[in-house]
Amino acid sequence: MTTRTFCNKISRSKPSPGDGGNTGSWRVLRPVINLEACIPAKRNKKACFHCWLYCPDSVVSKTIPPVINYEYCKGCGICAEECPADAISMVDESTHPVEEK
Amino acid sequence: MHIIESGNVAAATGVKLARAQVIAAYPITPQTPLTEKLSEFVESGALKAEYIPVESEHSAMAVCIAASTAGTRAFTATSANGLLYMVEQLHWAVGARLPIVMCVANRGIGAPWTVWNDQQDTISQRDAGWIQIYANDHQQIIDAVIKAFRLAQTVSIPVMVCYDGYLLSHTYMPFDVPEQSKVDSFLPAFAPTHFLDPENPGNFNTVTLPDIRPGVDGEMAPGYIEIRHNLHQDLRATLDTFVEIDKAFEKEFGRGGNPLVEKYRCDDADFVAVCIGSLSYQLRDVIDIMRENDVKIGVMGVQMYRPFPDKAIVDALRGKKCAIVFEKALSYGNQGALYADIKAALYTSEKKPRIHNYILGLGGREIKTQQLLDALTASCTSPDTFEDTPRWIGLKL
Repeated sequence: MTTRTFCNKISRSKPSPGDGGNTGSWRVLRPVINLEACIPAKRNKKACFHCWLYCPDSVVSKTIPPVINYEYCKGCGICAEECPADAISMVDESTHPVEEK
Repeated sequence: MHIIESGNVAAATGVKLARAQVIAAYPITPQTPLTEKLSEFVESGALKAEYIPVESEHSAMAVCIAASTAGTRAFTATSANGLLYMVEQLHWAVGARLPIVMCVANRGIGAPWTVWNDQQDTISQRDAGWIQIYANDHQQIIDAVIKAFRLAQTVSIPVMVCYDGYLLSHTYMPFDVPEQSKVDSFLPAFAPTHFLDPENPGNFNTVTLPDIRPGVDGEMAPGYIEIRHNLHQDLRATLDTFVEIDKAFEKEFGRGGNPLVEKYRCDDADFVAVCIGSLSYQLRDVIDIMRENDVKIGVMGVQMYRPFPDKAIVDALRGKKCAIVFEKALSYGNQGALYADIKAALYTSEKKPRIHNYILGLGGREIKTQQLLDALTASCTSPDTFEDTPRWIGLKL
């Protein structure tokens, strides 16, 4: 009988951060939160969090202040679009001096 | 137990004996009575399965993909344009390495509309990566369905069991229905190592990058090309695996022995007619007539078309004067697909036989024994003077 092991290469993995690759490297525009305008930061209150809610990659934390995980943020800009306080601006990635890890 | 029934019922009975757990299908002529029979089996409780009615063939295959990913034995069936409507999902099923079994009652493809038999539907899907098995009569249909489930789960590749629409799907023939207990011992329950399981979450078939990359567990994850190469290598190895499965089937049920090609009076033949499907049995009558007239001729039916049994075909044609390939399909703008495949397989042979190509029976055009006799007589009379382009049989206008 054949002893071959069939199907030993396939795209299968355990769900975990980074399994889809380091998607932060795709980013062209970087969302930067202005804490002077950000509602939860300004009021020191668990409120708003539109950025957390709308982020398609779940890279914004529901904390005071909200923190963006730049390792996986693709820079789609949805958070900036949705922020009711216009507290998030999209900054050209190439002009950003330090690569955050 | 022998019964007299249609080819579609033979297929449905095979699916029942194989204890399929999820069936999703959309009716299309000439496959419809097969799915009707299966829904009867499920309704009456004779088959404990989920029958999921869907609004299209694309959805039928999508349901089978989901069911198979969840670790159940899934089945669907279709014909012609229905098969083409599920093409995107066909490729997904094979890339995801899911052991789905599908019957295709072969029918010509529209436009213009035709509901009658030819084989353009499945032949057009030969490069999808599915295994293709062709049955020549009702016994082969029910046997092939049972073997297909075991083959699919052994190699993790989906299998099409193809049989000629109307000619087999709607005609009645006697055939043996194997005992359930024997089928159960031949076909163990489907127990995949990986399946969708809420207790053990997994990512399946997420995006692969052009290159390999380290996974989060530190192991190198294959890229697309490694995964596809593995599929191809597994398909090539499937030829031997199917021979082994056929042997196990023969041991249990006393039938089989011709898993890749089925030869009739070929051993001492100078000429061999080659084709796919029930036509190979119709050709046996012509072979017998020609043998009576001292023409050394035989016929070979190609039972497994993908993976392509090139070695078995080259072996069968070694030392022959001429192979005459009859096809109910073609690669439009080129030649018959089987003809081109056999020519390629013979390329490295030392003593190549001549090879001729006939196209016939498209859209159910009747194939008369006299026409086959005339074509074979022409080929056997002047094997060296044929053009490398198909001749068409039975054109009227």
